[in-house]
Amino acid sequence: MEDSIFREKLRAFIVEDLIRDPGYPLKDNEGIISGGLMDSFSLAELGVFIEQAFNVYIPDPELTVANLDTLDQIVARVQQG
Amino acid sequence: MLTLANRATFATLHHAAALQVADDTPAIIFVATGHEPMIINRRDFLANVIGVALSLREIGIRARDLVVIAHTQDLESIYGFWGALWLGAIPSMFPTLTEKLDPDVYQNSISELVRLSSVSAVITTDEFAPQLHSLLPCPVVGSSRLAAARSAATLEQTTNLSIDPHEIAFLQHSSGTTGLQKGIALSHNAALNQIAAYSEVLRLSDDDVIVSWLPLYHDMGLIAGFLLPLIQGIPLVLMSPFDWVQHPVLLLRAIHEYKGTLSWLPNFAYNHCARRIRRRDSEGLSLASIRLLINCSEPVRHESHQLFLDRFAENGLRPDMLGVSYAMAENTFAVTQTSPGCPARLDIIDRDSLEIHRYAKSVTKDHPAAQIRVSCGPPLPNTEIRVFDEAGHPLPERYIGQLGISSNCLLTGYYNRPDLDPFQAGWYLTGDLGYLADGEVYVIGRSKDLIINAGKNIYPQDIEAIVNEIPGVHAGRAVVFGVLDEREGTELIAVVAEVKPDDTEERRDIARAIRQQVARQTMVTVTYVHLVGSKWLLKTSSGKIARGASRDKWLREIQQKGSG
Repeated sequence: MEDSIFREKLRAFIVEDLIRDPGYPLKDNEGIISGGLMDSFSLAELGVFIEQAFNVYIPDPELTVANLDTLDQIVARVQQG
Repeated sequence: MLTLANRATFATLHHAAALQVADDTPAIIFVATGHEPMIINRRDFLANVIGVALSLREIGIRARDLVVIAHTQDLESIYGFWGALWLGAIPSMFPTLTEKLDPDVYQNSISELVRLSSVSAVITTDEFAPQLHSLLPCPVVGSSRLAAARSAATLEQTTNLSIDPHEIAFLQHSSGTTGLQKGIALSHNAALNQIAAYSEVLRLSDDDVIVSWLPLYHDMGLIAGFLLPLIQGIPLVLMSPFDWVQHPVLLLRAIHEYKGTLSWLPNFAYNHCARRIRRRDSEGLSLASIRLLINCSEPVRHESHQLFLDRFAENGLRPDMLGVSYAMAENTFAVTQTSPGCPARLDIIDRDSLEIHRYAKSVTKDHPAAQIRVSCGPPLPNTEIRVFDEAGHPLPERYIGQLGISSNCLLTGYYNRPDLDPFQAGWYLTGDLGYLADGEVYVIGRSKDLIINAGKNIYPQDIEAIVNEIPGVHAGRAVVFGVLDEREGTELIAVVAEVKPDDTEERRDIARAIRQQVARQTMVTVTYVHLVGSKWLLKTSSGKIARGASRDKWLREIQQKGSG
């Protein structure tokens, strides 16, 4: 799957389901948790979504704010498989 | 073990099993994602506690001094708390600095607390100690300084304390920044009366193992998930709340691994676990050892219990394991508790009668306005509950009013605030609305605008004050309220603010600033930001913003949008 497809699917999930503001213009390098857009509970939700949507399992020790705070970071981790 | 029968033989918290018996039995097992568990036996626990106590004494801390612990939730903060107690000083756990909080805002709130409560010392992390040191008039001690004294500690060292059981043992801090936080002062007597009565109701025994992810600055975490096991001498499996929210399976693994029997969770945690623990992570984990999982600290939702049961039945979870407690820091902790082994009673009532007549009329489940209410159980044996109307008169069964408490585990008062009397004719009025039916307590909501988000009490005024400072927002023209969310099983936070610009880009920047500033300055995240033009918000007859009416207007607009 291309980077842009991952990216847009993730962006849509984050703004619709996690930030709950479908019109939110989420930037690629914007701190989603550190910037207060969603709380750290949502990391667990992100883990579930990534497994369902892309069949990529991110183990708990990697599911951290430091690793997955921006769309760029999340896309890069999903692409690792 | 402390019981109601032998209560008289325990004078102060210094009789806690963790301070009396130095053997190889595990006192605390600290688990963390990606790390090996740390098992602290009672001998090591006591040595560490005494070491901290000696360090504190060295910097001049004496009995009855207030010691604030502003630390990450780990073993250091635990030794800090018990070390202060060992000296007869008064410890108080302060919330932890998180990734999203602004360190300056956090430091300022500690400074305020130190100034207002005459704090004698602050225990913090090594990283944070230098910054705090430059701000505070009292000693600031980093973890490594406390650790250095531990080697000098021997178990023979005693405290020679002459603390009276009526004296203050520790403080729990109420949430809220506006109008200043209040330190809820609890005596040794209150804490021991609570633990004795609560242990009896829980039928606590030496076979129990408590598992907790709860923060120690919260009553549920501090009393049920910390003091109770250490006083009673049963193992505590503890983890950091920040680790748990990101990796909820950690709780299930801990229950499985250590055969946990008791754990306390706010309502949102049932939804969080059910929805966000991946199946491959929970496969093979057994919850069969559980005696009771106790839903506490926010309104209990039947749907959340059902979701949790459906998800984890395959792991051995049964309906009789799900209990409920109604609790508050002012009563040390528990006010009520359902019986172990019996599912919480359900009361089916007429929603219309509740709203119109303030009466919880019992109906059958096929009634068109049927609503299920979950019982919080009967009061503890040392606690009496009455329901009062607005004039302060007691109400009969099933009538809705404010819940009042009388018990022997209530607060002594608010620390350093002799001007505030928490009691009215001997009763503590909780601010919670509810009713009594067949001797059990049902909590309906709050009499004030308090929002309970994921177990945390949030005052809307605190968030409104932050939003009002944001450029572009009409000063004084922002309103904050909670919106119950079925998916999350808790209230989410909504902000409606009147703004000057019509420009979409400018509005987006304002919305972004609102989310960022609230995140940096509080413990919560805003879910809904709705920006409106002038004169959108509704006012009361006295000219104040009408929070409830504005909330209803917003909900109507959202519904129209959804259906249109």
